[in-house]
Amino acid sequence: MHEVLDPSIVALTVFVLACFIGYWVIWGVTPSLHTPLVALTNAISGIVLIGALLVAGDPEAGLLTQLLGFLAVLLASINVFGGFLVTHRMLSMFKKKK
Amino acid sequence: MELSVNTQALAYLVSAILFILGLKGLTHPATARRGNVYAMLGMLIAVGATLLGHQVQSYGFIVAGILGGALIGTLLALRIQMTDMPQLVAALHSFVGFAAVLVAIGTFFARRASGDLDALLMSEVSAGIVIGAITFTGSVIAFGKLQGLLSGAPVKFAGQHLLNALMALAAIALAVHFAMTGSLLALFAMTLLALALGVTLIIPIGGADMPVIISMLNSYSGWAAAATGFTLHNTLLIIVGAIVGCSGAILSFIMCKAMNRSIINVVFGGFGSDGGSGESAGAQAAEKGIKSAAIEDAVYWMEDAGKVIIVPGYGMAVAQAQHALKELMELLEAGGVEVKFAIHPVAGRMPGHMNVLLAEADIPYDQVLEMDEINSEFPGTDVVLVVGANDVVNPAAKEDPSSPIYGMPILEAGRARQVYFLKRSMRPGYSGVDNLLFYQDNTSLIFGDAKDTIEGMNSALKGGGH
Repeated sequence: MHEVLDPSIVALTVFVLACFIGYWVIWGVTPSLHTPLVALTNAISGIVLIGALLVAGDPEAGLLTQLLGFLAVLLASINVFGGFLVTHRMLSMFKKKK
Repeated sequence: MELSVNTQALAYLVSAILFILGLKGLTHPATARRGNVYAMLGMLIAVGATLLGHQVQSYGFIVAGILGGALIGTLLALRIQMTDMPQLVAALHSFVGFAAVLVAIGTFFARRASGDLDALLMSEVSAGIVIGAITFTGSVIAFGKLQGLLSGAPVKFAGQHLLNALMALAAIALAVHFAMTGSLLALFAMTLLALALGVTLIIPIGGADMPVIISMLNSYSGWAAAATGFTLHNTLLIIVGAIVGCSGAILSFIMCKAMNRSIINVVFGGFGSDGGSGESAGAQAAEKGIKSAAIEDAVYWMEDAGKVIIVPGYGMAVAQAQHALKELMELLEAGGVEVKFAIHPVAGRMPGHMNVLLAEADIPYDQVLEMDEINSEFPGTDVVLVVGANDVVNPAAKEDPSSPIYGMPILEAGRARQVYFLKRSMRPGYSGVDNLLFYQDNTSLIFGDAKDTIEGMNSALKGGGH
C-alpha cells in the first residue's frame, strides 16, 4: 500500500526553506533602501489577493462570503497597487552624483 | 482557456522566483528599480494564473474589487508626502491584516458550504484570523500614533503584560474549541479577542520606538500572509509570507541593535513622549552653560572648512528642511568644501526614512553614508551640522553607564572640530536624556526652525562671496 505524504508537511517544508531564503536575501539589502524595502514587502504581501480572489470568485460559497471576498480583494489590491507605485516613486529619487 | 492545477503551481513558482529576485534588487540603488519591476511581474503572473484556474468562476466582485483597489492605491501612492511614508506603510499593513482575516473567514464559510471541513483546516483558519487581526488593529494604532491622532506616549498600567498573556491564552483556547467543534460563537469571540490584543500589544510601545513598531508589524503582515497560505495550501502565499515575515523580523533586529535594546524591552514598552514646551530656549541653555550661536558663526566656520558632515534626524523631516539642505550642500561644494551626510539606523520614524527624504531632495546617495561607514571620518571633519537629531549623537551612550541610552552605538559627531546643533528648543531627545554633547567646548546650538536656519545660512553664503 502506498503511504501518502500529508500536504501540510509539504507546506511546512516550503515555509521553512522560504524563511532561509528570506533571511539571506534581506540581510543583503542596503540600509539606505530600508524604506523602499518595507514598501516593497508591503506590496508583495498583497499576495493575499490570491486568497481573496478564490473567495470572491466562488459563487457556491454564498453571497455573504463573496462579499467578504470582495472586501478582501479591494484591500489587497490597494496594497499591491499602492505598494508597487510608491516603491517606484521612491526608487526613482535615488540618484548618483553627476 | 483554463489552467490545470499543475500549470498554476508552476506559474506560482515563476512568480516566487521573481519576488525573490525583486527583493535581491534592493541590494543596491542601481538595481533596485529593476527589482521592483520583477516583483510587479511576479504579482501579475500570480494573479493571472489564479484567475485562469478552475476555482475562480465568477468575476464581477473581483473586477470591482481590483479596480477600486487600483484607484485607491494609486491615489495614495501618488499623493503621499515622503515625510508621511511611515503612516502609509502602517495603513497598508493594516489592510494586509484585515484582508487576511477576511480570507480566512471566507474560506471557512466556503468550505463549510461545500461540507469540506476538518480540524487541521480550522486551526489554520484560526491562525490566519488571529495573526491577521493583531496585524490589523496593531497597525491602526501605529497609524494613529504616527498621524498624531493618538498620543505617542506609551500607555502603561499595572498587570498589562499579564492581561495580554491571558488574552493570548484565551484566544488560543477558543481556537482549539473552534477547531474541534466549528462553533461560530468561538470563531467570533476569538476574532474579537485578537482584534483587542492588537491594540493592547502596541499601546505600551512609545513613539520613539516607531521604527521597531513599523518593522514588527511588517513582519506580522508577512506571517499573516503565510498563515493564509497554510489555510489555502498555496505555496506562493507561504513563500512570500515567510520572506516578508523574515524581512520585518530582521529590520526589527537591526533597529533594536541600533538602540542597544532587546526586542523584549521594546515590546514591553517605555521610551517616547509627546514632549513638553520649549519656551525661552536660549535662556534655558545659558542657565545650563550651553553656548548658543548665530547663523553667521556657523557660516563663517563652514565657508573655510575642508569637510562638513550633516547629521539629519526626524526634526529635519518635521521642518521639511531637506531641500534647503541640498542647496546648502551645493553652495558649500561650489566653495570647494566636501559635504557628506551621516545617517544613524534609527533616525526618523521608520528604517531608512532619512535616506528617502534626502533622495527626494536630489542629494546623491553616494554622499549619504551609514553610521559604520562614516564614524571614522568625524575626527578629520571641520564642521558637523546636526539637523533635528539628538540622541543619536549623544556621547552619554558611550561615557555614562547610568544613562538609559548607555551602550547605544552613536554617530561620533563630537570628535569633529566644531559641532552646530540646529534645534527648535532645549527639549531633550525622545529618550528624555540630556545630551552631553551640548556641554562640550566645541559645540554650539542655533535655535529656530531648521528650515529657516538653513535658508539663512544659504543666503549668507550667497551674499558673503569669497
